[in-house]
Amino acid sequence: MLLEIRNLHASVDDNEILHGVDLQVRPGEVHAIMGPNGSGKSTLAQVLAGRDEYDVSAGEVLFDGRDLLEMAPEERAREGVFLAFQYPVEIPGVSNTYFLRAALNAVRKHRGLSEFDAISFLKLVREKVKLVGLDESLLQRPVNEGFSGGEKKRNEIFHMAVLEPRLCVLDETDSGLDIDALRIVADGVNTLRSPERAFVVITHYQRLLDYIVPDFVHVLLDGRIVRSGGKELALELESKGYAWLEHEAAAEARA
Amino acid sequence: MSEGAVSAEAQAPAAWLADLGEARLDHEPESVRAMRARGLERFSERGFPRPNEEDWRFTNVAAVARTRFLRPPAGIDTAAAGRALASAGLAHCHEVVFVDGRHVPELSSPGVPPAGVAVHSLARARPADWEAFGAELGRRADVVNRPFAALATGLFEDGAVIDFAPGAVVETPVHLIFWSSAHAQPTATFPRVLVRAGENARATVVESYRGAARGVTLVCPVTELVAEAGAAIDHYKLQHESLDAFHLALFHVEAGRGANVSSQTFSLGAAIARHDVQAVLGGEGAEVTLNGLYLVRGRQLADFHMRVDHARAHTTSHELFKGVLDERARGVFNGRIHVHPQAQKTDAKQTSRNLLLSAEALVNANPQLEIFADDVRCTHGSTVGQLDDQAIFYLRSRGIGLEAARSLLTYAFAADIVERTRVEPLRRQLQEFLLAWIPHGEVVREAV
Repeated sequence: MLLEIRNLHASVDDNEILHGVDLQVRPGEVHAIMGPNGSGKSTLAQVLAGRDEYDVSAGEVLFDGRDLLEMAPEERAREGVFLAFQYPVEIPGVSNTYFLRAALNAVRKHRGLSEFDAISFLKLVREKVKLVGLDESLLQRPVNEGFSGGEKKRNEIFHMAVLEPRLCVLDETDSGLDIDALRIVADGVNTLRSPERAFVVITHYQRLLDYIVPDFVHVLLDGRIVRSGGKELALELESKGYAWLEHEAAAEARA
Repeated sequence: MSEGAVSAEAQAPAAWLADLGEARLDHEPESVRAMRARGLERFSERGFPRPNEEDWRFTNVAAVARTRFLRPPAGIDTAAAGRALASAGLAHCHEVVFVDGRHVPELSSPGVPPAGVAVHSLARARPADWEAFGAELGRRADVVNRPFAALATGLFEDGAVIDFAPGAVVETPVHLIFWSSAHAQPTATFPRVLVRAGENARATVVESYRGAARGVTLVCPVTELVAEAGAAIDHYKLQHESLDAFHLALFHVEAGRGANVSSQTFSLGAAIARHDVQAVLGGEGAEVTLNGLYLVRGRQLADFHMRVDHARAHTTSHELFKGVLDERARGVFNGRIHVHPQAQKTDAKQTSRNLLLSAEALVNANPQLEIFADDVRCTHGSTVGQLDDQAIFYLRSRGIGLEAARSLLTYAFAADIVERTRVEPLRRQLQEFLLAWIPHGEVVREAV
């Protein structure tokens, strides 16, 4: 098992948002987590990446059998966890390549690999940047500064391609993308799919899943996974809406 | 002041002044002697600045008033001084070196200055030289409201006059190094600089104030820079003195019609560094850029007191000042912009950004706009804050360690100003200093 989440409870400012989430992800799998706004999708993503504003009050998360929650955010990244941010952060004064090389070398050092020099790094970057159709001029610009919404999201996938993580968490990577940008992002993700690598794709809408076809779909409602199924569950949600499951969940609660 | 309530600072600085003696240069004309007298008189009458004065609220110079300073002893070990200040040198510059306030030709660049440049040491100036620049020296520096400029005007012993000929395009920067050695006793120097750029001259001047790592020194420089019509002058000032030093400076810049002056100040050393900057946009279309960076820790204090006067129409000023403060350091930014009634179409922008690396560090930022023309664009912005948590988390989520993330963001914040330096060896020197200064800078070095 690559990722195992057991009974995860998480809160922010004493307000519990996740009320016991369970999830198991094996290498090579793509899991979609769908849910309406406020259901706890982004909280789950942030907890996995290690944002310290969230308190985990119960439950555990194992990554490759190790306690993920014990690890600092950078340790998680070095172990191979990657979060593609819903809102990528602008970092004035730090060029995209400079940042990425520091990140890649930190990851490689941790894995006992030799660090990249400037020239071999540039070669790698040139190759990966094509994958997401990112304009090469954006490499020299400060990280995300002045990038359009679509460029920011593509930049996230570009970082992912360079860092080659084992677990990729995509937090609403489709939000704010037009259909062309969505396709480019999805193509980038699809080329990164491999038997060793798993994806957790968090999305509000089904449309991303037309391009990144998941093995499993989970529905997160009010901090719990209320239903899991195959890719057809996403289509069912699309036609029936979240209200369908909300009513069911409410009925169960009454029973 | 009521009788009998004479505080330590208010004591007539007569005894303090007596330690420093008088200053008089060979051949200096009567007009300069009169100017010295006016400066000393002004300083004596007002005394040391006190914290109840608006301009000195956050910068207490009681320690200066309490310390007895002497002139540095004459006669230096040139070889030792040469070794000490080797690190201050900049490649590909014409260097003019002063040690303990006095010009040392043996340590300066040999030979004549680049074409279109004339450099004079004040102490060595001949009657004909005084004839040429005596009336200009001190003509602009305000000794009424700037107590240490008044003091320095009375007591200067040496300094440089640099003339750029009209139309000259001077590629080689002129680099003035003022080196303060360590002495058993606290010492004081009063470097004096006058830069005159003739019409359409293009040139670069660097002033470096450096010194031994320890040693109490008082350095009171007064620099006047005059850019005639159409001149384009790039000016840099580096203050990297002993952490026990007091650096109390006035920089006065005047830009004529269509002149363009860019000045960047880097304040890294000294216990107290006070930079009074006065810019006068005195001709239509004049443009002045004033940037600054200060890095302070421990109990260091860096104070920038800016006054920009838009005296003519269509003038532009840009100010960008950044500070990084660690431990219990303090920063002061006082930015006054004064737009005179005739200065229509003024475009003035002032930004002060300060990064606090510790909870004990403190910044007082105070913009002051005085606008007496109606068709102008004046903006100012000031921020004081810590590193952005979101940015730190973003970097960490990509595998960069917490300390490295903090270093990287701190470096980026400050490097923004360093990278605007067009004199490459100076830029490299500043980058090295920055990397050495910021906590865990070595991780940034690996990444660059």
